[in-house]
Amino acid sequence: MSKKTAVLIDETPDLFNDPAADLAITAANRVLRAADIQTPVRAAQALPAPNDWSFELIERYHSVIRATAQRYGLDTYPNQLEIITAEQMMDAYASVGMPVNYRHWSYGKEFISTEKNYRRGHMGLAYEIVINANPCISYLMEENTLAMQALVIAHAAYGHNSFFKGNYLFRMWTDASSIIDYLVYARNYVTECEERHGLDAVEQILDSCHALMNHGVDRYRRPSKLSLAQEQTRRKDREAYAQQQVNDLWRTLPQKASKASDKLAEESKRFPEEPQENLLYFIEKNAPLLEPWQREVVRIVRKVAQYFYPQRQTQVMNEGWATFWHHHLLNTMYDDGHLTDGVMIEWLKSHTNVVFQPPVGHRAYSGINPYALGFAMYTDIKRICEKPTDEDRAWFPDVAGRDWLEVINHAMRNFKDESFIGQYLSPKLMRDFRFFSIQDDEAESEMEVSAIHDDAGYRKVREALSRQYDLGHREPNIQVWSVNLRGDRALTLRHVQHNNRPLDDGAQEVLKHVARLWGFGVHLESANSAGEVKKRWSAAAQS
Amino acid sequence: MQQIIDRRLAGKNKSIGNRERFLRRHKEQIREAVKRAVDGRGIRDMAQGEDIHIPKRDISEPVFGHGHGGSRETVHPGNQDHLRGDRIARPKGGAGGRGGKASDSGEGDDDFVFHLSKEEFMQVFFDDLALPNLARTSIAETPEFKTHRAGYSSDGTPNNLHVVRSMRGAIGRRIALGGESRRELHRLEAQLVALKADAEHQPSDLLMLEREITALRARLKNIPYLDPIDLRYRSRVRVPMPTSKAVMFCLMDVSGSMDEGRKDLAKRFFILLYLFLTRHYEKIDIVFIRHHTQAQEVDEQNFFHATETGGTVVSSALVLMEEIARTRYPTSEWNIYGAQASDGDNWHHDSGRCRSLLAEKILPLCRYFAYLQVAEEEQNLWDEYTALSAETKTLAIRKATDAAQIYPVFRDLFKKEGSPA
Repeated sequence: MSKKTAVLIDETPDLFNDPAADLAITAANRVLRAADIQTPVRAAQALPAPNDWSFELIERYHSVIRATAQRYGLDTYPNQLEIITAEQMMDAYASVGMPVNYRHWSYGKEFISTEKNYRRGHMGLAYEIVINANPCISYLMEENTLAMQALVIAHAAYGHNSFFKGNYLFRMWTDASSIIDYLVYARNYVTECEERHGLDAVEQILDSCHALMNHGVDRYRRPSKLSLAQEQTRRKDREAYAQQQVNDLWRTLPQKASKASDKLAEESKRFPEEPQENLLYFIEKNAPLLEPWQREVVRIVRKVAQYFYPQRQTQVMNEGWATFWHHHLLNTMYDDGHLTDGVMIEWLKSHTNVVFQPPVGHRAYSGINPYALGFAMYTDIKRICEKPTDEDRAWFPDVAGRDWLEVINHAMRNFKDESFIGQYLSPKLMRDFRFFSIQDDEAESEMEVSAIHDDAGYRKVREALSRQYDLGHREPNIQVWSVNLRGDRALTLRHVQHNNRPLDDGAQEVLKHVARLWGFGVHLESANSAGEVKKRWSAAAQS
Repeated sequence: MQQIIDRRLAGKNKSIGNRERFLRRHKEQIREAVKRAVDGRGIRDMAQGEDIHIPKRDISEPVFGHGHGGSRETVHPGNQDHLRGDRIARPKGGAGGRGGKASDSGEGDDDFVFHLSKEEFMQVFFDDLALPNLARTSIAETPEFKTHRAGYSSDGTPNNLHVVRSMRGAIGRRIALGGESRRELHRLEAQLVALKADAEHQPSDLLMLEREITALRARLKNIPYLDPIDLRYRSRVRVPMPTSKAVMFCLMDVSGSMDEGRKDLAKRFFILLYLFLTRHYEKIDIVFIRHHTQAQEVDEQNFFHATETGGTVVSSALVLMEEIARTRYPTSEWNIYGAQASDGDNWHHDSGRCRSLLAEKILPLCRYFAYLQVAEEEQNLWDEYTALSAETKTLAIRKATDAAQIYPVFRDLFKKEGSPA
């Protein structure tokens, strides 16, 4: 079995430059403490503020924003600003925000619905899209006014950008310098496959992979980095090797006459030995019937899913950080005499809309607004540092009264939404937001308010909110359980119920996709916390 | 200093490949929708886009997700008056008071609706249709050529000789060839004048100089005034011209037996043919000829809406069509299409004449002639046409009795050669 475990180790080399220096702050002379910030002389004249932007004006605003950001020691990738049209913005929307991506009908669907809503005026487009790449690409939309362009530059090119560079999840799980190259490679490879194997075959495999995309990430193990050069040079080897390994599943000849006792042990042995959380990885490496090109497509989808995994876990932190910084940078620029009142009013209006949190029951309510929560939290941390109350001192002894720049940098670097909220959500904010938690138990006829924003409830509300941002809590936990090596080679997946929450009706459909990839029958068991299997689904092999 | 990149002109329609894949995936539904639209639509609205409805389940992308049930705790902002331990009735759907998951199209749980552009609509509409004998219209066999001036060439026929160009070349050549000799001549002549001015000149020197001068003059004189290599001809090239003009003759029986319903069928047929031709030709003329016992050329309004009564002599329309085609639409410039709609009712002695007219005069002129009978019963005109259509490829005849049949009839008429019906 040693061979098999070897297969599970991905041999793509780690491209990350210097893992040891990972979280060390690299740039010399960077301002790290708010106390070190130099306040420059007030500008004699504000920047011109006509309604329409021009390249020259954007440059001028950008250079002031850059200088201001540097004063606060924001560490960013180099910036690349690109002007695009609304239609291109919709294009970018449709391909999950990436400038290139492989072609798939679902992106066409996205585009159609985005376009339709936009045309009807149901939604405005986002003012910006920013891509976690090195250099960091920010899209500025043509239709924006100059004030909005300034807002977008501060928000995306400095806020998000520094988050991408600083946050530990992004540092650990994505490689900004190679993602564009990888996507170009992915697009070309998929196109090549379409030419060679037909649109239908490629579409089917992509559909199936997309169904499992959320379960195609390594949650606990640090993944290998994406890398173009290695991907290409090693692809062939990998294909051949993987195919060879798969043959283990096919083995019909006995592997030597072994002793009876060994045989027994062998038969009771499971495959895989441990349950596997990354379904796509398992399929890529072990599905017996996949062609080499199909394995590569599975791999591409898996890599892309992995790239987006940190983004899904840091919504509040990321948006909050960017919002906090555009707010802070633009206000500082105003204080320095760079911005006119008109520009201020314009971006503040937009800022206010963005951080609006409708209360529950409001017509516009659709859950917690990550911009609002994130912005409030960073602002609140700054407040706790600068003007702590007794309550703050009791709740945050480590933070109260310390240098705010240091603290929020630390917070931005070392947390994800779940832990960030668990660590930094203050009682004051819970009061401000009037947070309350509701317990909804199927066994009860009514829902119960389990905690509100009072002394007895702060910790409970905070815990509940933190859990709400735990991806493991939001998505069902489904793992590869076993493969019937001796019989029909059927694959069994197991859903471990979280708080006895069942799977939704889509499960059967997804299972068909799994069966398509696996090539043989697939079963799914849903087990409750006691380990009893509550429900089963099956999908037969597709010929 | 980083540059701001202007991407506005680049990469437009980046998503078009994705859209194509989307349309391709839902081809069947779109085909159905287009077919329904063609059946139900008003004729003048034919060349428009169409909203396509696709059931949500057909475009959903399933993923594993949590269903309702079990126990869960959710946090909401904006508590008004709840205290710990309050019990709240579960809202319908059990979504815990939230707004529910917004569907991706904003259409709730209904169909996914999107707009098929006019071009895409027509694309589906005309899908796998092609002009009959399209090969004949392809550039290679187009009988029409146009000659273009294309500069000058050194060979050609005398009538294309370009005198000025030729002479200009000759002068240049003469100057070039004689240059050295002429310079020498000028030098010697100057020398001669100087020598003559000199009182003590040697007569032998003078003689030698004069001899050299004479030789040079003779050489210069020997340079031809006009040489064959000077000749330049106007160059003309013949460029094949794809015929981009088509004329469509709409022939319709407006006798008493053609009621509104039948006229409407005929109209759809004409419109479809027209739309189809617009895809292949830049310029299309339409000639409307209506007939009862006599034929006359009318405008569109009168063609479809004026009511006439009386008997029917189909041949009158054919005669008029032939006459108009001969006088106004020479076949060297125009692709002629004929479309005739009738209920098949004809004065019985006339049908034979129709057949001979078609066979001998009209079909040779036409790229294609389509006859649509908007009634079921087969009369002598149908029989005659049937016999004729067996002999020739350019005549197609069909019957249709209600609007839904028009579309398949149309497809049938112009189906790609070789593709299954």
